[in-house]
Amino acid sequence: MSGVTSLRPDLKLIADWIAPRSDVLDLGCGDGTLLAWLAANKQITGFGVERDVEQVVRCVEKGLNVIQSDMEYGLSQFEDGRFDEVVLSLTIQAMHNIEGILQEMLRVGRSGIVTFPNFGFWENRWQILTGRMPVSETIPYEWYNTPNIHFCTVNDFDKLLAKLGMRIDEQIVLHQGEKVEFLPNLLGSLALVRFSRT
Amino acid sequence: MTDPRSVGIVTAQKAVFDQPITLSSGATLPRYELMYETYGTLNADASNAILICHALSGHHHVAGKYAETDKAAGWWDNMVGPGKPIDTDRFFVIGLNNLGGCHGSTGPSSINPETGKPYGSTFPLVLVRDWVETQARLADRLGIKQFAAVIGGSLGGMQAMRWAISHPERVRHCLVIASAPKLTAQNIAFNDVARQAILTDPEFHGGDYYEHGVVPKRGLRLARMLGHITYLSDDGMGEKFGRELKSGEYKYGFDVEFQIESYLRYQGDKFSGMFDANTYLLMTKALDYFDPGRHFGGDLVAALKTTLAKFLVVSFTSDWRFSPERSREIVKALLDARRPVSYAEIESRHGHDAFLMDDEPYFGVMRAYLNNIAKEIAA
Repeated sequence: MSGVTSLRPDLKLIADWIAPRSDVLDLGCGDGTLLAWLAANKQITGFGVERDVEQVVRCVEKGLNVIQSDMEYGLSQFEDGRFDEVVLSLTIQAMHNIEGILQEMLRVGRSGIVTFPNFGFWENRWQILTGRMPVSETIPYEWYNTPNIHFCTVNDFDKLLAKLGMRIDEQIVLHQGEKVEFLPNLLGSLALVRFSRT
Repeated sequence: MTDPRSVGIVTAQKAVFDQPITLSSGATLPRYELMYETYGTLNADASNAILICHALSGHHHVAGKYAETDKAAGWWDNMVGPGKPIDTDRFFVIGLNNLGGCHGSTGPSSINPETGKPYGSTFPLVLVRDWVETQARLADRLGIKQFAAVIGGSLGGMQAMRWAISHPERVRHCLVIASAPKLTAQNIAFNDVARQAILTDPEFHGGDYYEHGVVPKRGLRLARMLGHITYLSDDGMGEKFGRELKSGEYKYGFDVEFQIESYLRYQGDKFSGMFDANTYLLMTKALDYFDPGRHFGGDLVAALKTTLAKFLVVSFTSDWRFSPERSREIVKALLDARRPVSYAEIESRHGHDAFLMDDEPYFGVMRAYLNNIAKEIAA
């Protein structure tokens, strides 16, 4: 299994929030990198949910439990309160029903972790000012081929959680893997939020 | 030329069981025989055995050929062999013909030693759980306490599930492919039309057609034709046959005109010439009766809570006979039972038959999963 150093900085921060031996659900788990690391280093048990069959194969190769499924149809296969942590990493901006998935995350889990590209990052704002749609490290697509349909800033996401009666327990904003403490909504390109029911 | 990815020339074996078995129906068979084949080598601690459970019309000849000149290899030869997903260089693989079958195991067409005549109508109905008991006895005979995996597609997947429920400690991994937790009304309905075709054939003679020197070929042929329609998808059938005419023009009659008619009749003829009608009836009833939640107050979750195996469930998008929804029911029940499970829903146009076909994501999932089993048991 992969060592501590091989985990991407944003995934490492997610991993830091997850307690040893937790029950973890990783939505849009991709090739299972995070789950495999957590299983090896924090003895978690868990499931991945992934739509793409090639990625499902990668997860099975790693010996993970993975359910091939499209989260847009909800998480009805999971019972209420089944998990300690539900992770949705760099996927929410490509989903249709944002409120629905956030509600579902806290239905099946005690705590949710969402990471997303911060549209409020200054480079994005600058590109808009110069009359172009932003293309950057965390938003690497052109407007015509992007899978992303719901962009938001750090502040927007916080407001949505409040509207849904959810509480922010932890929040970190990153740029190029480094934490941004000063003006995070302007200087950070990637946001990580951990939240629960108020 | 020998194919290095084939198990090569194989020989079927027969296991004779003189200890009587009482079946779920209450009937008892004083003795019975099971035909089986094995591929690969059982390791010293007998931990690398895999049982392949067959579907409705399957049998023990899973892989390889009986002679170089055989036209076709075993029914799952693409999946089972050296370097194939079910790798016979690492696993000891067993295929058998189920009790009630017509490929050498004791079944309705076998001679009843008490009467000296074929069992025919007197052969008892057999349930999936009865098959599992006979398979367990074969495993005992071969010195296998625990299977590395029990694997099956369709009706075979039901046997794999039943294994995990009936003998939790004897199954490490359970692979359930294109299967269902129980049949729907529509599915039972298809089976009943198939049975009616056989039962109403004038040459059926109440199941004792052997002594009349005839077989209810017409009924069995119709049953198989109907089955075939349900094993293919509308799209797949359209792609393969469309409205293509054999002669290129309308003949204004009831002879074979469309290619699909030709295909179905050919399949029906071929099948009715080599399969036993009573076995077909028996197999469809085993399908209909399968409902592992039944002895747990109708609760599949409770049934699966007793299992100790890890599960892999696979379905195919265009399979409407055993649709992905049915597989998702199994997955949901396993999740609710807090059992480890992985699930793949493979994009395919081949309908129910997809589980027998080469398809890379499907084979990729199988290879990855079985590779981990091999590592786990250090095979």
